[in-house]
Amino acid sequence: MRWLRRNLVGIVGIAVLVYLFVPIAVIMVLSFNKPSGKYNLTWNEFSLDAWTNLCGVPGVCSSFVTSIQIGVISTIVATVLGSMIAFALVRYRFRGRSTTNLLIFLPMATPEVVMGASLLALFLNLRFPLGEGTVIIAHIMFIISFVVVTVKARLQGMDPRLEEAARDLYANPRAVFRYVTFPLVLPGIVGAALLGFALSFDDFIISFFNAGTLVTFPIYIWGAAQRGIPVQVNALATIVFVVALLIVLTAQFVNQRRRRSLATSVVPADALPRS
Amino acid sequence: MAEKANTVEDLHLQNLTKSFGDFVAVDDLTLTIPAGSFFALLGASGCGKTTTLRMVAGLEDPTEGSIRIGDRDITRLRAFERPVNTVFQSYALFPHLDIFENVAFGLRRRGIKDVKPAVEQMLELVELGPMARRKPAQLSGGQQQRVAVARALINRPEVLLLDEPLGALDLKLRRQMQIELKRIQVDVGTTFVHVTHDQEEAMTMADTVAVMNAGRIEQLGHPADIYETPRTVFVANFLGQSNLIVGRRSGAAGDDTLVEAHGLTFAVPSQRCFAAGSDVIVGVRPEKITVLDAVDRDRVPESHNRVDGTVTDVSYTGVSTQYLVRSSWGQEFMVFEQNVIVGDRCDVGDPVVLHWAPSHTFGLDGAGS
Repeated sequence: MRWLRRNLVGIVGIAVLVYLFVPIAVIMVLSFNKPSGKYNLTWNEFSLDAWTNLCGVPGVCSSFVTSIQIGVISTIVATVLGSMIAFALVRYRFRGRSTTNLLIFLPMATPEVVMGASLLALFLNLRFPLGEGTVIIAHIMFIISFVVVTVKARLQGMDPRLEEAARDLYANPRAVFRYVTFPLVLPGIVGAALLGFALSFDDFIISFFNAGTLVTFPIYIWGAAQRGIPVQVNALATIVFVVALLIVLTAQFVNQRRRRSLATSVVPADALPRS
Repeated sequence: MAEKANTVEDLHLQNLTKSFGDFVAVDDLTLTIPAGSFFALLGASGCGKTTTLRMVAGLEDPTEGSIRIGDRDITRLRAFERPVNTVFQSYALFPHLDIFENVAFGLRRRGIKDVKPAVEQMLELVELGPMARRKPAQLSGGQQQRVAVARALINRPEVLLLDEPLGALDLKLRRQMQIELKRIQVDVGTTFVHVTHDQEEAMTMADTVAVMNAGRIEQLGHPADIYETPRTVFVANFLGQSNLIVGRRSGAAGDDTLVEAHGLTFAVPSQRCFAAGSDVIVGVRPEKITVLDAVDRDRVPESHNRVDGTVTDVSYTGVSTQYLVRSSWGQEFMVFEQNVIVGDRCDVGDPVVLHWAPSHTFGLDGAGS
């Protein structure tokens, strides 16, 4: 009983992690499966078929590439626009500033179904042909909100004295931005872009409404789910997961190495000889 | 530094005013800060001292008035165009740059290509040579403070502004940095304008102290002069402590002005009496007063000002003993006695006589207070 009490936090923690990672593990394991029937749901036999023939099923790879394309374009556009909006909202006082602040939040709060449907209505009314263009427009729209919120937080958290110090040290407005403001806000912008890409790549509902005949990766999987998802989908999902994991690990590794290389040369700060 | 700033010139503030809406932060300030001096603006928070400093730095536009260095009007120049640098409160070091790049920042922005010798020399001056490749977050408070000084001084400003530069340091380190800053100032010969709310810091470091209150300068002078001869009630209380007795001018005797209060007559040297009308506040510093047991009252010199009272509190602090003495009209007097003689102390409840020389007395204007 005492043992349990002492280790309860650890046990619950492990249980939560298991709960989070079991589905991902199942996906990965099943990418090495050779299903017996249409559905890749139970383990049958080890096979590398899906991995050696990634694009073997028609439509898988093209939908994957389409999603990446849409993600990259809409992330770039949304990050640039969103960062500019964030600067404007934090740095300038203008009419309608607080209204803008509020409106920027709305797309995040609106149910995706509603947003998808209303965008579709808009495009149909404008007789705008549905396809990659409309999906990109829709994605830019909801990514912007996340970028603005992230970059704004970073900007607001910045000590205004840093920019004053730069001005005091002979930096004209452009140099202040280039050498102080931008490098300090950059981590926020990069974070916002990564989040934006993930949201875009992942989006199903809004894309589905506005895609027309275009097939993105999530739309492909949804369609395939009715007929039996090909094992290649598991393999591609595994690749996405591993790539994401590698990015995170690399970032941590770089950070840690930088910290350690700095730490090795450290003489206790105040123990240095002073004349 | 290899050479001193080319020609150091006086800094002139002329009718400088800054209002934020209805609030007047700095009120018609006219001031000349002599070249090469260590000048302290001393005041409580909100007295306008930091606003004054920011106007000189170019980070705040004056509502009215002008700022000149020698004959050059810099009022309309922008911050990055002024030959003035600032050591910011809490330093504002660039967290993404290492110490070397922080110090080199100003030189690089002015397009100087070979910054290495100058930066290394400056880091030597502040004894941070081995720290060049560290990030600011890896330095202690005192080291960060020195980086901030180096980053500003490397540009050889004609005026160096220091905004509460030692505020974030602990007491011991602050003492040490006070001496160090003073040494650097003597080394480089630049005009230092130092803003602080710490009266002891202002007095130990500065050649000239200006005490500010509500956007105006109350008194300006050498620290010792201001302390010994405060001219306003605010200065008497803000810079050190004072015992103040409210009275009325009752006449004159030789070079002294006589002031009557609570049935007693106090002598104040006329040139130390700054009251315009008949309301005079008699002041004396706590360490100028001598405490005598009431039985020894005949030992009080004839010419001295005196007050009878009862000891209400005694605190022994090692170097000195601090007494609180309640006078017959209920005012508490603070007295600091040096512990020169062992075992000669008064106790709570003892009737005592306080006395002090008229030459240590000052008279302040009591009108409206």
